[in-house]
Amino acid sequence: MPEIRSPLPGTFYRAAAPGEPPFKKEGDAVAVGDVIGLVEVMKSFMEVKADAAGTIARFLVENEQPVTAGAVLAELEG
Amino acid sequence: MAIRRLFIANRGEIAVRVVRSAKALGIETVQAHSEADAEMLAVRLADRAVCIGPAAARHSYLNIDAVVGAARDAGCDAVHPGYGFLAENAAFAEAVEAAGMIFVGPSPDTIRTMGDKAAARAAAIAAGVPVVPGSDGRLADVAAAVEAAEAIGYPVMIKAAAGGGGRGIRVADSADDLRRLVPQAQAEAQAAFGDGGFYLERVVRDARHIEVQIVGDGSRAVHCFERECSLQRRRQKVWEEAPAACLDDATRAELCRSAVALAESVGYRGAGTLEYLYEPATGAFFFIEMNTRIQVEHPVTEMVTGVDLIAEMIRVAGGAPLSLRQEDIRLTGHAVEVRINAEDPANNFMPFPGVVGALSIPEGEGLRFDGMIYEGYAIPPFYDSLLGKLIVHGPDRAAAIDRLAAALRDLRVDGVKTTAPLHVALAADPAVRAGDFHTQFLEPWLAGRSLAAE
Repeated sequence: MPEIRSPLPGTFYRAAAPGEPPFKKEGDAVAVGDVIGLVEVMKSFMEVKADAAGTIARFLVENEQPVTAGAVLAELEG
Repeated sequence: MAIRRLFIANRGEIAVRVVRSAKALGIETVQAHSEADAEMLAVRLADRAVCIGPAAARHSYLNIDAVVGAARDAGCDAVHPGYGFLAENAAFAEAVEAAGMIFVGPSPDTIRTMGDKAAARAAAIAAGVPVVPGSDGRLADVAAAVEAAEAIGYPVMIKAAAGGGGRGIRVADSADDLRRLVPQAQAEAQAAFGDGGFYLERVVRDARHIEVQIVGDGSRAVHCFERECSLQRRRQKVWEEAPAACLDDATRAELCRSAVALAESVGYRGAGTLEYLYEPATGAFFFIEMNTRIQVEHPVTEMVTGVDLIAEMIRVAGGAPLSLRQEDIRLTGHAVEVRINAEDPANNFMPFPGVVGALSIPEGEGLRFDGMIYEGYAIPPFYDSLLGKLIVHGPDRAAAIDRLAAALRDLRVDGVKTTAPLHVALAADPAVRAGDFHTQFLEPWLAGRSLAAE
């Protein structure tokens, strides 16, 4: 099952700002390069992009939770 | 009432700095930390440590109730806010006082007044301190603009009243320019903001960022001369020095006198910094804002004056009068500070948290390192990237920069990328060595370079 991992340690955000809709929901299709979330590291925000295409099966990290570098953020189907 | 037990409501290198000064004064220290900061250096150095909440700063270092509650429960009689986080939050200072403790800083009213740009500008004008001249609010038309510009002096910026972030700004060097550019600016502002209103502000050409350090005890204030912090990237200072090499003695004296006048006019208590823009071509300086706290770059001032600013702010917070007389504060030599951040200058300053490997901090005459790292320390990704500050002092500016270059060769922080290669390049740059720069110098300079570690 393809996975999307965090490129850096930090705090994971599923939306561009509080109150905004999430970049992607479970069941959404993603293409290579689609932004699925942000990681805040040392006050900078980095986009997390899908490096495989598919459908988001589930997120493994909730919004605003700390993540380590390489942590699996979401799993894709197909 | 002298302070006996101090709560340090901050993290990183400034927490280390405050713990060390407080201990030297014989004060017991209680260090706040988030869940992510249990292993930080200040926790290890303080007499006690208290967890105040989760990693996210808004649930810990920015949580007024959590910080005040922890300080009170630990039996502290004072709270040092450091810089950033709640240091310039008047409601926090009020909450500390309402809980029966001393806030190490100015009164909540002073924080509120000087933290409001318009109120601070009004206070400066009332104290006779020059501010950036501008039209008194909106102007009706071209004729009003020409009249206002005569009083302000050219060149002037035409700014959209409804704008922000520099959009639509035009610069006029003469009345003819103004007649031509005002209608354009009005039309553009109308299109962009639905409001064609505009005002004028004097342009400060090749502005240099100069700031004056003051300390007050609520009635009397002294200055500890100025710093120059013109080398900035994205409005973040990267290299600071004291004194400002571009000032002559008469201008320096007038600048510092104006800062003391403003500090005394608001009954300032604690350490504070008045920021100015300085225009080299005319020798004019203009007050822009005040920071009502200790600043990151305070060590360069300590190096050239010998004053321990943290100790002095703790003493006056405890009710003591200033221990310093103006005539005893003298400038000796020149100091430079560079910020060692966990960022990769070869990759657009990408943050680089990690685990500190082998560490070698240069030591010797005229060297100081204010840091927060040790070998094996895992730098958390949740806060800013400042690992430490390398500070050098020499008999003059050239000697200080030579000492900086040598110290940077001896600095080693394995395991992470740092901004040290940027400072190696700056210390070797002819324009930097000549002091020939301004606030818009560094970003174009960076655009033409690759800064990989050697």
